[in-house]
Amino acid sequence: MLRDLKSSAIAVVVLTLVLGFGIPALFTGFAQVAFSSQADGSLVKVDGKVVGSRLAAQAFTKPQYFHPRPSATAPPYNADGTTFANLGPTNPDLAKNVRTAARAILKLERPYNPGMTIHNIPVDAVTTSGSGIDPDISPAYAALQSHRVAAVRHVPLATVQQLISDNTDGRSWGFFGEPGVNVLKLNLALDGLGAS
Amino acid sequence: MGGQGIAQILVYAIVLIALGYPLGLYMARVYGPEFRPRWLSAVEGGFYRVVRTRADEEQDWKAYSKSVIVFTIVFFGLLYLILRLQGHLFLNPDHLTGVPAHIAVNTTASFTTNTNWQYYGGEYTMSYLSQMAGLAVQQFVSAAVGMAVLVAVIRGFSRRTATELGNFWVDLYRSTVYILLPLSLLLGVILLSQGVPQTFAGHATAHTLEGATQTIARGPVALMIAIKQLGTNGGGFYNSNSAVPFENPNGLTNFLEMIAILLIPAAQVFMFGKMVLARRHAWMVFAAMFAVLALGIAIAYPAEQHGSQALRSSGINITQGHGQSGGNMSDKEVRFGIANTALWGTVTTDASNGSVNGGHDAFTAFGGAVPLVNIFFGEVIFGGVGSGLYGMFFYIVIAVFIAGLMVGRTPEYLGKKIEAREIKYAAVGALFVPTMVLALTALSVVTASGLASVFNPGAHGFTEALYAYTSQSNNNGSAFAGYGATNFSAELGALAMLLGRFAPVVAALALSGSLAGKKVAPVSAGTFRTDGPTFVVLLVGVILLTAGLMVFPALTLGPIVEGLSH
Repeated sequence: MLRDLKSSAIAVVVLTLVLGFGIPALFTGFAQVAFSSQADGSLVKVDGKVVGSRLAAQAFTKPQYFHPRPSATAPPYNADGTTFANLGPTNPDLAKNVRTAARAILKLERPYNPGMTIHNIPVDAVTTSGSGIDPDISPAYAALQSHRVAAVRHVPLATVQQLISDNTDGRSWGFFGEPGVNVLKLNLALDGLGAS
Repeated sequence: MGGQGIAQILVYAIVLIALGYPLGLYMARVYGPEFRPRWLSAVEGGFYRVVRTRADEEQDWKAYSKSVIVFTIVFFGLLYLILRLQGHLFLNPDHLTGVPAHIAVNTTASFTTNTNWQYYGGEYTMSYLSQMAGLAVQQFVSAAVGMAVLVAVIRGFSRRTATELGNFWVDLYRSTVYILLPLSLLLGVILLSQGVPQTFAGHATAHTLEGATQTIARGPVALMIAIKQLGTNGGGFYNSNSAVPFENPNGLTNFLEMIAILLIPAAQVFMFGKMVLARRHAWMVFAAMFAVLALGIAIAYPAEQHGSQALRSSGINITQGHGQSGGNMSDKEVRFGIANTALWGTVTTDASNGSVNGGHDAFTAFGGAVPLVNIFFGEVIFGGVGSGLYGMFFYIVIAVFIAGLMVGRTPEYLGKKIEAREIKYAAVGALFVPTMVLALTALSVVTASGLASVFNPGAHGFTEALYAYTSQSNNNGSAFAGYGATNFSAELGALAMLLGRFAPVVAALALSGSLAGKKVAPVSAGTFRTDGPTFVVLLVGVILLTAGLMVFPALTLGPIVEGLSH
């Protein structure tokens, strides 16, 4: 017993030093040199200032921007406090939240999408994401919003559709996962239209 | 369901076998005495000297168990201190305070037992020191402990009239240095290249396009995520775990992380086959595990794609195609969609991993029942690194015993007679944890302090409690995450995790120690063959009946009521 205690105490110290400090320090050093942008959080800069991360949704409410999916974090899109909504399928709050979100989208998008009904709203538009900072929306939700964005910005719809296509991350290697439209990158590209 | 989704699931299965098989053969070599990589042997010898052991000094099952338990308790003490004192220590750029006592106890039990249940949000609770030098170290070490125990148990099967099962320190070292570490570094680099952060700098502050301020949590993430998946740990850096883009940025990382979850448990089946010279038998064990895995996916994927009543009746479009994956996207991420979230939910609960890439609490009734039942099987469908297969041995022994009863002969396994003593150990190993789950769940739903943790109303709330104690007792760690932390739930959970870890460890080592002392009987015409499809059917049947009958009454109160109630 005493021998096990001594061996354990030494092993715990050695393993913590090697696995907890030595190797992570070397690995971090490598990361900072070889993949510095990814290692620092894939931050997006405009004129040298950090405006967000390619991998985190941020709040967009103005009509000239594409809007991200609903978020359950507090405040929404908190990249320092990710969370699920955790509403079970039979929780009345889930049905209520979906209805509220759908009504808001109808009100916002219908003026630009004549004949639009609730059936035109894709499910990702009215459900919270897993992280609360899902950077993507489905191509279907982007297509729905494109009419509003084009009209408000007075740019041809085809231009907006091209930007959507440019900022869609397809399946990895054309196979793994599902396509998603990166909202921050898309909105930056839209803002870039006016500047150039 | 779509062809693309099904194709992704099939490719997953093929890649898993293609990588797991060679890795298993390599691992069988690593644990043998003749494995001596040249320049690394000097380092290895140095480790044995400082922990005062010799590579050729072996332990019987009692001594081995004692080393496992003492080692874990000592590490428990260190981790608890780090968590409590992190506010006064270094590597804390965001100035987080010490972890509250009940959360620290639960978390320490959670990470030292390879569970990784998380009653806290990582990015706003744990300093970099706690994540990197506390939790991530345990993700290596607790995995290595499970792998070591498995190797010792297998030696008991293959040795004849012996008492020794190996040296814990040697098995611990080799699991860590020759298996977990190289694989983690490799996966870590790939994850890093795809966007998983690795920095000591504190959070980043962004000024958003609409003029708000956004705080972006980051840290030494990539290496931790690699070992979290490979060691069937599951405890993430962020609260939403692998649903967060910083842990799992795209379809490729999602695929590789899912492979990593099952890679070592799958490889261990082939390693076992090589070590006991029964490769066909190992393939049959693999087939049994794979059958249950496939069954789970076949239920979960359509259930999630079908969506919940709330979504269907709302009138919104949940049909797959035309630029969306449709289905139950509640608490799921666009880049994974339904197929990859349902597959992950099944895989992570077959393995005792427990990481999630979407919220299980928001799964449909039957989609969410799959992870729950998977865990309830005792984490033997591949299961945890090490713990999965040594847990499976309990069921195998019971299956062989039942076959023996049916033909009226003394049952044998791998040439060794299974007698009353072995059956007792196997029964304890197979039944202890499910019995504890039911007792703790019952306790938590009849006491006010237990009910305080429940988040969702009705039958779903009961499922949350059942899931919480099933997950912790079986050392999985995934959650219906609405279930909250109170003093009561945190401490009860800690107890569940510790008992759920060590009762099977000791039962498996005792079973193995007992078998090690036996002679090998020659195969005769009356021997029940464990290398054919009959064995697969019998084994799957025993698992479904033993665990299934125990969980079924509880399931009727949770997911079944919920699934049928509208």
